[in-house]
Amino acid sequence: MTYHFDFGVLLPYWSQLLNGCALTLWLGAISTLIGLSIGLLTVVAKRSQFAALRAVATGYIEAIRNTPFLVQVFFIFFGLPTVGIALQPWPAAIAALSLNLGAFSAEIIRGGIEAVPRGQFEAGAALGLSPLKTFRYIVIKPALRTIFPALSGQFVLLLLTTSIVSSISAEELTSVAQNIDSATFRSFEVYIVTTLLYLAMSMLFAVMFKAIARVWFSYPTK
Amino acid sequence: MSGFPIPPNRKPTLIREFGWAEVWTIVLGIQATIVLSLVAFTGGGIGGLLVAVARTAPVRSLRALAGGFIDFFQGTPMLLQLFLVFYGLPVLGLKVNVWVAAAVGLTLHASAFLGEIWRGGIQAVPGGQSEAAHALGLNYFARMRFVVLPQALRLSFAPTVGFLVQLIKGTSLAAIIGFVELSRAAQLVSSITYKPLLAFGFAGLCYFTICFPLSRMSARFEKRYSIKT
Repeated sequence: MTYHFDFGVLLPYWSQLLNGCALTLWLGAISTLIGLSIGLLTVVAKRSQFAALRAVATGYIEAIRNTPFLVQVFFIFFGLPTVGIALQPWPAAIAALSLNLGAFSAEIIRGGIEAVPRGQFEAGAALGLSPLKTFRYIVIKPALRTIFPALSGQFVLLLLTTSIVSSISAEELTSVAQNIDSATFRSFEVYIVTTLLYLAMSMLFAVMFKAIARVWFSYPTK
Repeated sequence: MSGFPIPPNRKPTLIREFGWAEVWTIVLGIQATIVLSLVAFTGGGIGGLLVAVARTAPVRSLRALAGGFIDFFQGTPMLLQLFLVFYGLPVLGLKVNVWVAAAVGLTLHASAFLGEIWRGGIQAVPGGQSEAAHALGLNYFARMRFVVLPQALRLSFAPTVGFLVQLIKGTSLAAIIGFVELSRAAQLVSSITYKPLLAFGFAGLCYFTICFPLSRMSARFEKRYSIKT
């Protein structure tokens, strides 16, 4: 082994790296908001009485779930401008991440709603509650309890996926790291530090979500 | 970045049509995608078995080690894992080509994820099974080999196939370190034909054709042997 590690060269770049983390978190937060809304709409479409709407929702979910995120990003960033929809890197990244999360969260949310026993919906109807009220007062809490772990896991996954948008030069932590790499030629050190920053962020969120789950959703389930 | 479309009024004269040769280039990329997926899945299968057994071992330090390995790979982006292998192997004094870097990176990634999936399977096998085998005089290895693992792997069949779909999609990231597979082939075709919509659309269709049947299979098995907790 003749390689000499030199993490010192990274010191002048620490504020850039932190800025990269902030950009990544922003990207994750915005995409989560839009993505969850898309996911909810998709669930509504998927449970609707119109076959055409159901087919569109299924087609969207399966298309996203069975193709790589990289190809989705390239399709949106490089492909769509040829039909007149030209997006800058950041908006393109947000569009791709949101559409991706929309499809995955739709399946999770639907699973949660379907896990609530039918009898609970029927009991709500028997009490004279409207479907909306049944949903609001009976179904939503157990459904949220079921889906929360999967949904929060999906958020962490989204945060890690944001690294891929560096390939369309959208600015976030990985693209910041690539810039530092080409300025210092210390690839290994740069990417180790960057990887550990991602690890710190995902572990922080994992701990936070676990605490939230304990506070909000912890009454005896059975 | 290659593949960026040039406005129509500045198109160079050397643009290729999107013909059979271009379709063929992308189809050849499928081959590399499948071979890389199979290599990583096989390697990850062996590694994952070790990780799963270590994660449930009666030795505390072994469990902690496997847990750390899993947490690292589940808590960091796959792209960065590939970068670390790609730039890290030369640090260890090994010359790497992109094939080796992609295969090693994806294998480590798959080992961690399959290890975690199968850990769940092992723990879902009722404890009485292992105790009964113990009472019959089987030692640890025989208990694992003949009693626990066969049941654990069957229980985790659906998530295993589900992970295979993730892995196949994940091989596309090897394109970023320069490995020519389906996504990279589509990128190349896109930049010589200036038809990114068609190139990436077709690549997406190819991935879908491979992944969709596997996803369906995983969903069917999930209904059949879902792990009841």
